[in-house]
Amino acid sequence: MTAVQTDTDTAVYALRLGDDALVLAQRLCEWAARAPQLEEDVALLNLALDLLGQARSLLTRAGELAGPDPNGTVRTEDDLAYLRDEPEFCNALLMEVQSGDFGRTMARQLLVSAWQVPLWTALAASADEGIAGVAGKAVKEAAYHLDHARSWVLRLGDGTAESHRRLQQGLDDVWPYAAELFERDALLDRLVERGVAADPALLEPQWRATVQAVLAEATLTVPETTWRPTGGRRGQHLTGFGYLLAELQHLHRSHPGATW
Amino acid sequence: MVTTVREVLATVTDPELPVLTLEDLGVLREVSVDGDEVTVTVTPTYSGCPAMDEIRADITAALAQHGYRATVRTVLSPAWTTDWMSEDGKRKLREFGIAPPGPVLLQIGRRVSCPQCGSADTEEMARFSSTSCKAMWRCRSCREPFERFKEH
Ligand SMILES: [Zn+2]
Repeated sequence: MTAVQTDTDTAVYALRLGDDALVLAQRLCEWAARAPQLEEDVALLNLALDLLGQARSLLTRAGELAGPDPNGTVRTEDDLAYLRDEPEFCNALLMEVQSGDFGRTMARQLLVSAWQVPLWTALAASADEGIAGVAGKAVKEAAYHLDHARSWVLRLGDGTAESHRRLQQGLDDVWPYAAELFERDALLDRLVERGVAADPALLEPQWRATVQAVLAEATLTVPETTWRPTGGRRGQHLTGFGYLLAELQHLHRSHPGATW
Repeated sequence: MVTTVREVLATVTDPELPVLTLEDLGVLREVSVDGDEVTVTVTPTYSGCPAMDEIRADITAALAQHGYRATVRTVLSPAWTTDWMSEDGKRKLREFGIAPPGPVLLQIGRRVSCPQCGSADTEEMARFSSTSCKAMWRCRSCREPFERFKEH
C-alpha cells in the first residue's frame, strides 16, 4: 500500500460525507421487521446497505487522509464509526431526524436522495481520487433511491386523505433541515477552489427542481418556513442523536474486537 | 504462471450466486504474478455488497491451496457495471432462474423475459430483493415469480 498524503481539509470533507451515509443508514435500519409490508422492509434495508457501503469507503478514506495520530496510528473505518462521541460526528442534521412514520421516512429520503444525485455526479470528478471512486458508484445507487422515494411520495401524497395528510406532515417536519445541505463554510470555500468538494450553490437549483416537481405531482405543498436549524457539521446534534449512537456503538464498545 | 493463477481464479464463485465465477460477474480487474506472490485487483458490484468480503477471502484461500500468497486490492474507479458481465454469465443466470441484465443504456421500456417459460409478459413486483443486485418480478404467462438482475 502506498502511503496517502495527509490532507486535513479533505479528511474532514470525507468524514462529513461518510457520517451522512452512516447516520442515515442507521436510521433506515430502525425499520427492520417494522415496515408496512415485507417488500418495503427489504427495500429500506437495501437502501441502508448501499449507504453503509459508501460510509465504509468514505470513513476509511477520511482516516487515511487525516494521517497517523501522535502514536503513529491511522484510524480505521471501525475506529471512526464506533469510537467517536457525539460532538465529533459531522453529519447534516437531516440524516439524523427521527424516522417517525413511513410518510416522514419517505419525505426525508426524497430530500436526501434528490441532493445526493447531483452531489455524487459532481464528486465523480473530484480532485480526490478516493472520493471520486465512491461517487462513481454512489451516483447510480442514489438515483435508484430517488426513484424509490419518488414513487412512494407520489403514491401516498396523491393517495387517500389520510396518506396525504401524513406525508404532508412528514414533509413539514423534515423540510427545515434541508437548508443545512446547502450551507457553505471556510472549509468548503477552500475545497471547492481546489476541485475536491462540490459547490453547494450549484447543487441547490437541481435539488429544488427535482423536489418541487415530485411534490407538485404528489399534490403536496412546499412548506414555507424561516426556521433553519444547523450545526450538524460542527458536531451539534439533535436530542435523539445520543440514542442513535448508543445503539450503533454499544456492541463494539462493550466487546472490543468482537467478530461474527 | 499467469494461466495457472487464472485457472485457480476461475473456480472462485460469487457466494450469493454460485453459478457465476468472478470472471462471469466482471469484478476481476487485474492479476499480476511475481513468483508465488499474486496481486488480484477486484471492483465491488454495489458499495455495500457483503459478498465482496467473502469473495476476497475466497480468492486468498483458493490461491493459498495452490501455493500462492495473494493480496487482494479493491479498486472503485471506474465503477463496476452489469455491462461487464460475460455472455456466458448471463446465460448461466437465466438457466439458474434469474433474468439477466440487459445493456444499461437500453433499459428504458425494455422487455424482461421470464427465465422459466421465455414469455415477455412479465411485471415488476418489487424494486428490491434478497440482494442489492436483484428485483422481484413475476410472469403473467406461467404465473411464476422470478428474480431479475438489475441493470446497474
Ligand atoms: Zn413464465
